[in-house]
Amino acid sequence: MKPVIEIHEIKKTYHVGEIDVHALRGIQLTVEEGEFIAIMGASGSGKSTLMNLIGCLDEPTSGQYLLDGIDVSALSKNEYADIRNQKIGFVFQGFNLLPRTSALENVELPLFYDRTRRIENPQRAAGEALNQVGLADRMDHIPSQLSGGQQQRVAIARALVNQPSILLADEPTGNLDSRTSVEVMSVFQALNQLGMTILIVTHEDDISRYGRRIIRMRDGYIIGDVPVKNRLNADSVLASMKEEEPCCS
Amino acid sequence: MLQLTNLFKASYKSILKNRMRSLLTSLGIIIGVSAVIVMVGVGSGSQKRIAQEINALGDNMLIVFPSFSMRGGVNRGAGSFNRLTMKDAEAIREGAVLLKYVSAVVMSGGQVIGNGNNWSTSIQGVDPEYQHIRMWELVSGAFFSERDVRSRKKVAVLGQTVVENLFGNTDPVGQKIRIRNTPFKVIGVLKEKGQDARGQDQDDIILAPSTTVLVRLKGDRFINMINASAVTLDKIEKAQEEVSEILRREHKIEYGEEDDFMVANQTAITEMASETSRIMTKLLAAVAAVSLIVGGIGIMNIMLVSVTERTREIGIRMSVGARGSDILTQFLLEAVVLSLSGGIIGILLSMGIAFILNTWSDIRTVIEPMVVLLSFTFSGAVGVFFGFYPARKAARLNPIDALRHE
Repeated sequence: MKPVIEIHEIKKTYHVGEIDVHALRGIQLTVEEGEFIAIMGASGSGKSTLMNLIGCLDEPTSGQYLLDGIDVSALSKNEYADIRNQKIGFVFQGFNLLPRTSALENVELPLFYDRTRRIENPQRAAGEALNQVGLADRMDHIPSQLSGGQQQRVAIARALVNQPSILLADEPTGNLDSRTSVEVMSVFQALNQLGMTILIVTHEDDISRYGRRIIRMRDGYIIGDVPVKNRLNADSVLASMKEEEPCCS
Repeated sequence: MLQLTNLFKASYKSILKNRMRSLLTSLGIIIGVSAVIVMVGVGSGSQKRIAQEINALGDNMLIVFPSFSMRGGVNRGAGSFNRLTMKDAEAIREGAVLLKYVSAVVMSGGQVIGNGNNWSTSIQGVDPEYQHIRMWELVSGAFFSERDVRSRKKVAVLGQTVVENLFGNTDPVGQKIRIRNTPFKVIGVLKEKGQDARGQDQDDIILAPSTTVLVRLKGDRFINMINASAVTLDKIEKAQEEVSEILRREHKIEYGEEDDFMVANQTAITEMASETSRIMTKLLAAVAAVSLIVGGIGIMNIMLVSVTERTREIGIRMSVGARGSDILTQFLLEAVVLSLSGGIIGILLSMGIAFILNTWSDIRTVIEPMVVLLSFTFSGAVGVFFGFYPARKAARLNPIDALRHE
């Protein structure tokens, strides 16, 4: 297996007034192609900071970060933007879709900023991505016409449309009820099945058990890194949920 | 730089998504642009009207006035003032080769009685050629002749206003009128001319032979002015010099001494009159241009609000790979599209206003293509100038901070 992410001694310090907040105090991490990792920890443990660094939304204070073998820590702001555009798909807790903009146009957005033009027909690619998350019939809906789960699936489609090397999700189920959470996890599992490398941040134990590997963080350190035992299968969980509540399907 | 068409599309979409706000923002530019165009249009319209009316005054007209004369630094005062005589008019008529018509003008006024009515009007003593100099046409009867002038005949040609007030709708030719108790015979009626540039009724006038008015009505030696027509428009200044020379010889003014008369030509008068309205036009345009700048500040204001309001959108765009320059271009384009569409609407609006003014009011408006082009360009420049600061503010945002913005 080829490593997608290699992180050596990454530190991140925020300056809040005169106080230095050490969000990450030296992280060592390697992620290989096809992994499905859940990063867990209490709030303030640094998991979201780590996610933002991996997603090239933020720059580390020190340390080295190789993404697909490229040393990202040495890049300029514009190159950062291009990395986000080419190699990373990011899914947020709050969905972060453009309001008053159709699902299809939201999914097209990354292709809009793609300078390489490697995808010939952006509209068709966006349609296919929506199809992949099961929203082929909601393409023209704007976010306010979609349920939370549907909005998050649009966001996943947007993260997929550029064929990224990794899919990052920061608390993707944080704003969803348990049933739609499982639906979203089912999408992630299906994508992982197809070979997509996925990292999610979550504080829910249930959600982490849909992944293959769990990394636990506390106070800016990684304190645990174990494979998932008793892995859950989202589709069978969904099926059992239907049996329990036949009235509400 | 990304394909400009893509960014243009993004700006266009976001403008359409905030229709009301976009319209209100553009309103400043709309008003500014249409104010500039209409103001300049009104100014140049009145300029043209004045020029036209002054040209309608006469045919390549020269006017000779008497003026104060200075000899050896001593102003000879009022006694030297009215120094033009019939002899001067005669000398010009005889001597000038660049003039086709010459007429003495003697101005008087007074009560006129005719047909049992009375009317106070101005009476001008003129020579027969005056009719051609001032391009008067007759609707009835005839103008007086050279012989009438020589024999100081008591004949008169009436303007329309005088006819209306004395005779109503009947033709006065052949009737008797009394001007300041001197009986005159009406031999002709002038065609209506209407108001002149100053709003004076040009038809409230009686024309009579110059000699008759000078001797029989005024009992004077001096005439008020001499009017003449140059042979062609381009000879008008040469003719002016010629008249000056003749009069200096006639008045025995020696080399180095000042003239005791003034020769003005019609184009000079036109220029003088339009100079005033040109200054007025510039002033109006300046005021209107200020309103364009105020409109620009309105755009900046809205764009700044828009950047704050759409911080999250900027964060989303950046998180999927938009560069700072893409955000800058998008917001700049938005400002420019807003101001340019404001400019276009402003141009259309000004055309509508000009049409309404020209159709339903006395104000004449001439839309100058140059002004339209200039104000359109200016509105675009306003967009770039006032859009740049908010756009740069948006472009400098950090994606993480932008995404966290509530």
